[in-house]
Amino acid sequence: MKFITIDKKDWAKGIEKSRETYRLFGPVKEKNGFLIKSLDNDTLPDMEYTDSVMSAKSVMFPQSEKMLNASLDESQEGHHIMNRVDSDYSPQAVLGIRPFDAKAVQLVKLNFDTKDYRDPYWCDAYEATTFIGLGINKPGFYDFSTTAGSGPFEEDGLDVLLADMDDKYLAKILTDKGQAYVDACGFKTGADEKESQILLDVLKKEAENNIASQINTDQLKDKAILDLHDAPFWDDVAFSCINCGTCTYVCPTCWCFDIQDETKRKSTTRFRNWDTCMSSLFTLHTTGHNPRDSKTQRVKQRFMHKLKYFVDKYDQGTMCVGCGRCVKSCPVNIDIREVCNTMNAYEKQE
Amino acid sequence: MENPYMPYPVRIDDIEIATEDKSLKTFKFVFLNKEDEEKFSYEAGQFAELSIPGVGEIPIGIASSPIEKGFVKFTVFRAGVVTSHLHNMKVGDIMGIRGPLGNWYPWDKLENKNVVIIGGGFAFTTLRSSIIYMLDPANRSRFKNIDVVYGARSPGMLLYPEELFEWEARDDINMHITVDGTDDPDWKYHTGFVPQIVEQNAPKADKDTYAIICGPPIMIKFTMPALVQLGYKENQIIMSLENKMKCGIGMCGRCNIGKELVCKDGPVFTLEELNLTPKEY
Repeated sequence: MKFITIDKKDWAKGIEKSRETYRLFGPVKEKNGFLIKSLDNDTLPDMEYTDSVMSAKSVMFPQSEKMLNASLDESQEGHHIMNRVDSDYSPQAVLGIRPFDAKAVQLVKLNFDTKDYRDPYWCDAYEATTFIGLGINKPGFYDFSTTAGSGPFEEDGLDVLLADMDDKYLAKILTDKGQAYVDACGFKTGADEKESQILLDVLKKEAENNIASQINTDQLKDKAILDLHDAPFWDDVAFSCINCGTCTYVCPTCWCFDIQDETKRKSTTRFRNWDTCMSSLFTLHTTGHNPRDSKTQRVKQRFMHKLKYFVDKYDQGTMCVGCGRCVKSCPVNIDIREVCNTMNAYEKQE
Repeated sequence: MENPYMPYPVRIDDIEIATEDKSLKTFKFVFLNKEDEEKFSYEAGQFAELSIPGVGEIPIGIASSPIEKGFVKFTVFRAGVVTSHLHNMKVGDIMGIRGPLGNWYPWDKLENKNVVIIGGGFAFTTLRSSIIYMLDPANRSRFKNIDVVYGARSPGMLLYPEELFEWEARDDINMHITVDGTDDPDWKYHTGFVPQIVEQNAPKADKDTYAIICGPPIMIKFTMPALVQLGYKENQIIMSLENKMKCGIGMCGRCNIGKELVCKDGPVFTLEELNLTPKEY
């Protein structure tokens, strides 16, 4: 594995240089906190950010995305025949993505890139993207990533891992895509591999030691779906929920979407929009029948999907990376850590 | 790589009113591009998204049979935004079809077996597809006895009546057509609800007999005890589910029952499989 160091004085210049080949995304401060956004010319990623309100999932999976369009003008050739909307899939890089968010992208990939179908919108954007991660020296209060299959310096899903060393970044180049990006920036000050890895390990250990909260997931796989589904604690878990859906929008692994057509005059566009399993409309049949009619059923669906159905289906751990956003953003303090531990410890009463 | 969200363009070739109350119509579609018809190669029991640009999409079971070439047919109940719009469309209009989607009735497993088909109301579309498929001279010998119990509220609400009565006259299929009630003195078939007709007429189960059941929830609820009484085991009862869907390819996340997605892992499940999932359908 190759290491380089990047002097922070050279950072801005290198990033600007990479714009010749890459479109850039990164943390930007907005009035309600940090978001991962497209970086307009002259905007640099704010690498001093602590945590972002939203994850980087929107880089591959925009909140609202044009999929297809068609003309409804019957005097035109090809009317009512849908075509894929032109989108820009030229190379792009997400700067400063957190390791748990990069891991989340790998989990979302399991949904959009399957053996039967490939979602071309998500996959094309993913393939165009280089992930330049920034290790977390001081994990936030809500971070429980180390017990959720990730961690402050985990490398899964990253092309480059940066470690903030005060006046410089230590960069571990993990893939060819990562190498291509640092080349495009002109960063090439090599660093000793052994020594760099030791430095990184020290930072990693220190950061991991700062993470106080944990989840237990070891028993989830062995539970029967129906036992957990019929467990008595769900009404208590859901009691305070107002079904606002915030947890699903801030979650880096929530991938559910809706498809809607929008028509202006004689032209129509088919969009996909983020959807939320917290909404009763999500599952409402035209007949009025709703298989997840009650709030408890919907709250249960969210946790069961993340912590049981996903675990059983893919055998790759939970569909939670421990970023803590849903815990922090929930207006009624529902805490996935408590729910997970309750599920993990649950024994069916005979 | 194909875009699974891209519908194949089709032209409405024919529209038939399917029931006396006009709430159901059968649409016959022809693919604008001949090669799309081959790409749309399907099995009896699958569904597709009918896609109307500017209006939206709706998942509907395929009513035509894989052995019927040159077109695809769907019988659609007028219920919501998309189906109401579709009911107002005309022959010659252009729209789209996306699919085929989902799994199908387990034809391999049903080989050399007796098959009992039970349907109610307008949930007879993929069953029609299946019967046409099984009765095809190339396929009939692959199956043993075929029994069909099909019921509707009244004679005028039975789908595909001409075919039903033609099958009734054949000796390689046992038809048990029923209506809830009728004032037609010449009605020569059964009168009574589907569960009762099943109890009285369906063959008893042995290890070589399977039941395929498709209908409104109330019919399914009361037919199950009848099947249990006839000795059918959970793995011999095959059902087709419906849930709200958008993508139809297992990605949008709403049609799941536990870890199974009705659109991709279903819509066809055995009762044995369903008994392992939450009843969220």
